[in-house]
Amino acid sequence: MTTATHHPRLALGPISYYWSRATTENFYAWVAQSPVEIVYLGETICSKRNELRHEDWLTIADQLQAAGKEVVLSTLSLLEAESELIRLRTICENGRYLVEANEMGAVHLMQGKPFVVGHSVNLYNDRTLKLLAAQGMTRWVFPVELTAATLAEIQPLRPAGVETEVFAYGRLPLAYSARCFTARARNLPKDDCRYCCIDYPDGLVLDTQDNNRFLALNGIQTQSARAVNLLPYLEQMRSLQVDIVRISPQAEHTEKIVDLFHRCLIGEMSPQQAAAAVDELTPSGSCDGYWRGEAGMNYNTRHS
Amino acid sequence: MELVCPAGNLPSLKTAVDHGANAVYFGFRDETNARHFAGLNFTPEKMAEGITYAHQRGVRVFLALNTFPSPGGFARWQAAVDRAAELNVDALIAADIGVFDYASSRHPQLPLHLSVQGSATNYEALRFFHEHFGVRRAVLPRVLSLSQVRHVIDNSPIEIEVFAFGSLCVMVEGRCILSSYATGRSPNTYGACSPASHVEWIETNTGLDTRLGGVLIQRHPKGENVGYPTLCKGTFCVDNNTYHAIEDPISLNAMELLPQLAEAGVKALKIEGRQRSPVYVTQTTRIWRAALDALARDPDNFVPRPEWTAELGKVSEGAQTTLGAYHRPWQ
Repeated sequence: MTTATHHPRLALGPISYYWSRATTENFYAWVAQSPVEIVYLGETICSKRNELRHEDWLTIADQLQAAGKEVVLSTLSLLEAESELIRLRTICENGRYLVEANEMGAVHLMQGKPFVVGHSVNLYNDRTLKLLAAQGMTRWVFPVELTAATLAEIQPLRPAGVETEVFAYGRLPLAYSARCFTARARNLPKDDCRYCCIDYPDGLVLDTQDNNRFLALNGIQTQSARAVNLLPYLEQMRSLQVDIVRISPQAEHTEKIVDLFHRCLIGEMSPQQAAAAVDELTPSGSCDGYWRGEAGMNYNTRHS
Repeated sequence: MELVCPAGNLPSLKTAVDHGANAVYFGFRDETNARHFAGLNFTPEKMAEGITYAHQRGVRVFLALNTFPSPGGFARWQAAVDRAAELNVDALIAADIGVFDYASSRHPQLPLHLSVQGSATNYEALRFFHEHFGVRRAVLPRVLSLSQVRHVIDNSPIEIEVFAFGSLCVMVEGRCILSSYATGRSPNTYGACSPASHVEWIETNTGLDTRLGGVLIQRHPKGENVGYPTLCKGTFCVDNNTYHAIEDPISLNAMELLPQLAEAGVKALKIEGRQRSPVYVTQTTRIWRAALDALARDPDNFVPRPEWTAELGKVSEGAQTTLGAYHRPWQ
């Protein structure tokens, strides 16, 4: 882990949107052949989404594992109902695959077993990392609002055996609510949502009144409209000993984005050049402000 | 049920104590708490004075230390924990796991509460904080329905406090970074949402625009009442409709649910608003005290009096109130 040629591995985050079963299966058939090394699977946003059930995710997991991928099962980000806790326990007790805990209830259930802690849990300092490492945490995903400077502070202090993953590409997860904003936009009550989020495979864009594409509504989650693109900082991430870079799937061009990241990781392409190509593949522009200690929506225009 | 009232400064603390609060909560004058606003909060001297005032009148004091330090800032949060212990507060309200770890190991006698910023929405999460740090009470995020609150309490190892009144966070507290997306400053890291330093009020030909971090939040026609541009209460366009896409400017008022909250086993009711004036604290404390007393006298026939509802409406954001997530259709 500390050799001079420290190459971050490439991970694909869970699909945050509601895609049809066929779309999802086709997507993972491609993933099996892709250069991605780690794949996070499962529904992380809304427990009502039912195109795929737990068994279906396990089938995909088995196929990906057979193709040589490291599979991680991701848990729901906001747990309220007992039915959701029952499903959470099934994931936590799966016994075969590593689990990404996306809130503290899942962390509690994973204690004593190896687990990943997702970006929606607030791990903002080394003392927090140490406590969770003692409970079995083997990897953490750097919270998306923190800066490269904070990562530089934490990395030398992180406990032994804990890998660091950075959310390097995709619309940023900004908030979770009890309210479903997609159903609200369609004037539907949450309890009769008609699964309308399936109509928005990249989320539903929210514009300001002066036509700035600002946010993306994804059910109970609010995302940034701009996708974070940290490819220009690949060398910096390397020097910070980042172990894994994560790409968050989107409806189109994920395979091209994965390819561009991969070519940079193996030295076939310069990150600056590839980043410009990635910018062209975003649904509505790029941002990198959090990484640089600014408003998250900002983008260093030298890259665009 | 205990009535827990906000104290953004000493006059607010005193008036809350005088008007029937069972406990008051406050913070230091820095980013160690989630109401880090200019001119608000307590120096250590004022805090000592406030604690004495409250304790002499049998009212408890809780110190909010509910933001998330980076490694470089940790020493300041640590010092704040030490000061809280010295000041003899009745509980420390924290959110960060590292802060809890420090507080529980260094000051095992200091009672700990889990802040709403700690984002615990289910009893498995509450068990984590109870087992590791001996946390005694948790404040639930404003995302659970009444039946979900009841279910959490039935399975929780610790006391539950819920929000009863005040400005409404639509998002799970502690897990919303909309503010830093637009401004670089969030409740988690800086202790403020939609900070005033990043607000602009711009007169236009048709009225007034309010912006946050340059993002247009609200466009007011001439003569319309102008509210503060909190990001999630703005007017935006989705699918060619222009509306409050996330939430209206509105406040939570759960008073009509008092009998059910009591029956569910809620231990304490929180009034939001450390950033509000002593007048607000006086009015809300007085009315909620009267309501809790009425509930205690005759729990089966409790109904909010119209004059209480009207007065609370006047101090509400947008002069509107809602039951929020407690009421399923809101979701």
